[in-house]
Amino acid sequence: MPHDLTVNIGPSHPSTHGVCNLLVELDGEVIVSAEPRIGNLHRGIEKIAENRTYMQVIPLTDRLDYVGSMYSNWAYCRAVEQLAGIAVPERAEYIRVMMCELQRIGSHMMALGPAGSDAGATSVYMYTFAQRDLVLDLFEAVCGARLTYNYVRPGGVSLDLPDGWVEQCRAFISQLPGAMLELDRLLFGNVIARARMKGIGVLSREDAIACGTSGPVARGSGVDFDLRRDDPFSVYPRLEFSVPLGDNGDCYDRARVHLFECIESCKIIAQALDQIEPGPVRNDDVPRLIAPPAGDTYAHVESARGSLGVYLVSDGSVRPYRMKVRSPAFSNLSVLPLLAKGHLLSDLVIILGSLDPVFGEVDR
Amino acid sequence: MTLLLGMGWGALGVLVIAVGAIFGVWWERKVSARIQMRLGPQQIGPAGSLQMIADVPKLLFREDIIPARADRTLFKLAPLIVFAPIAIAMVVIPFTSGWAPMDMSVGVLFFLAVPSIESIALLISAWASHNTLSTLGGLRGAAQLISYEVPRSLSVLPLVLLAGSLRPLDIAQRWEWWWFPLTLVAFVVFFIASLAEMNRGPFDMPEDESELVAGYFADYSGMRWAIFMMAEYGAMIVASLFAATTFLGGGWPLSGAAGTVLMVVKAVALVTVIMWVKWTLPRVRPDQLMSFCWKILTPLALIQLVVVGVVLIWL
Repeated sequence: MPHDLTVNIGPSHPSTHGVCNLLVELDGEVIVSAEPRIGNLHRGIEKIAENRTYMQVIPLTDRLDYVGSMYSNWAYCRAVEQLAGIAVPERAEYIRVMMCELQRIGSHMMALGPAGSDAGATSVYMYTFAQRDLVLDLFEAVCGARLTYNYVRPGGVSLDLPDGWVEQCRAFISQLPGAMLELDRLLFGNVIARARMKGIGVLSREDAIACGTSGPVARGSGVDFDLRRDDPFSVYPRLEFSVPLGDNGDCYDRARVHLFECIESCKIIAQALDQIEPGPVRNDDVPRLIAPPAGDTYAHVESARGSLGVYLVSDGSVRPYRMKVRSPAFSNLSVLPLLAKGHLLSDLVIILGSLDPVFGEVDR
Repeated sequence: MTLLLGMGWGALGVLVIAVGAIFGVWWERKVSARIQMRLGPQQIGPAGSLQMIADVPKLLFREDIIPARADRTLFKLAPLIVFAPIAIAMVVIPFTSGWAPMDMSVGVLFFLAVPSIESIALLISAWASHNTLSTLGGLRGAAQLISYEVPRSLSVLPLVLLAGSLRPLDIAQRWEWWWFPLTLVAFVVFFIASLAEMNRGPFDMPEDESELVAGYFADYSGMRWAIFMMAEYGAMIVASLFAATTFLGGGWPLSGAAGTVLMVVKAVALVTVIMWVKWTLPRVRPDQLMSFCWKILTPLALIQLVVVGVVLIWL
């Protein structure tokens, strides 16, 4: 097929959601091939981790998925806990679940806002960021930071919930479903937005599984898989929630799965707030220098982007021998060339946005 | 003599557009802020109204960057060509009953034809920038402008039929209130086609922020960039003024100075709607833009023309 135009999209471009470079071959405006060239944000986090003690690695995990540091912390800490056999108090587990779900909402706001602004509806961004700001207020109250929290620690969390936090959180989750349904009307009810997103970037169920996608990208294609339910960890078995699924696997379905997951997260947080009981939030027996017995382990959590896993190898010293992060954003991004082919250049940014990549986690 | 007079009015048009753009930018920032739950500019002057007075000198002092591989002559020429037609088009607008800066017997045609020069300027700037994204934007822009000329021109014809004249002054003078319901469809078509003509959202394909960065003027900086912005606001103002005088009856029901004020109010209302549309709706795709033009707008405009023609026989 003859093509005459090669376009470099990124790494400095308004719609690449970070520092992604897309090498796009165009035939007119039709995409012949789109190749994501990753690595612009590679900081060697997995290698740096080998030279740090287990505690010192936690701030590094903050920088993996920088719009979702809480669950990055958590995935790593679960691996350390499995490796060293550290028990976690129940209150800490509830707090972790709540933080993870709040983080999911905060992260999905980063997916829904650009879903609108990639299509040209920039105002949607403001509506979702108003919600994300409330999430960050909750995080700030609990640990003082708004972006990189370093909150989840092996054996618990660093600090207990402050006074008034529960009320603040309840106020937030009571208004969120309404705001989400308003967003559903504003963006997904719009005739132009439907025309832009429906039938664009269709990922079949088979391809979704074959490419190793997970999270909203896989669920948008109808893959009924959610680690919170299918490989229960922490206190998730005690909480009731449903897993929203898409039918067609197009950009519209992927974006809407994000939206309805936020409403499900609200239900989880409400139940956790009801069930949580006073108690310690940290296992005091955990030493400052953790030296797990030699061995390896793999722990994963359901992050906002899918199954985020951490593989840890210990040689018995105080530093990890090897850390490997199974990044859902990386796997999800791998379907981009498949989805973009044959669509127009205008669709490319919508497809990329619907995969919701965070390049801190893709490049690591 | 006529030429000299025309140049004089054209120069005045430039001034009006420059002032209008300064007001327009402030107004757009306020309108978009309302839509996005923000306050917009509020530090400089009452309600931030002097913000642009502070911004223009800033733009004047910006470095004027010309890319190394750009065609320097064309690169410098393009902003002027983009700006001039809009200022020129302004001279046929009847600002008060019985007076327009230039009284032209084919004023409507003149108004529809002159801003089309913009598509050439768009192509020049896109070509001169020597930038893939700019080129794509320029090509899109040319296709879009040429396509939307058709429904835009067709939508004005019902009024020409009703007034029996191509002279904007005649249309404004003979305007009667029942023209508005009769030509409502034409007005909507004209409004939508004008949005596309001035590259405003949801039809801002050529400068498509999310994939083409800024499209045809992506490589411009400083004052040259500001001229593109002013041209955009100028197109908005001119199209709104034209729509207010022809479709909305100018100063009707008032006359004289009060009529002129009312006409400007109508135009500002239209400008506000244009901004409202831009900040609310997603952008359409280039192919959807084209099919919308040829499959929906053009037939609608044609049907409207037939309807008005049939009504005219009865009158």
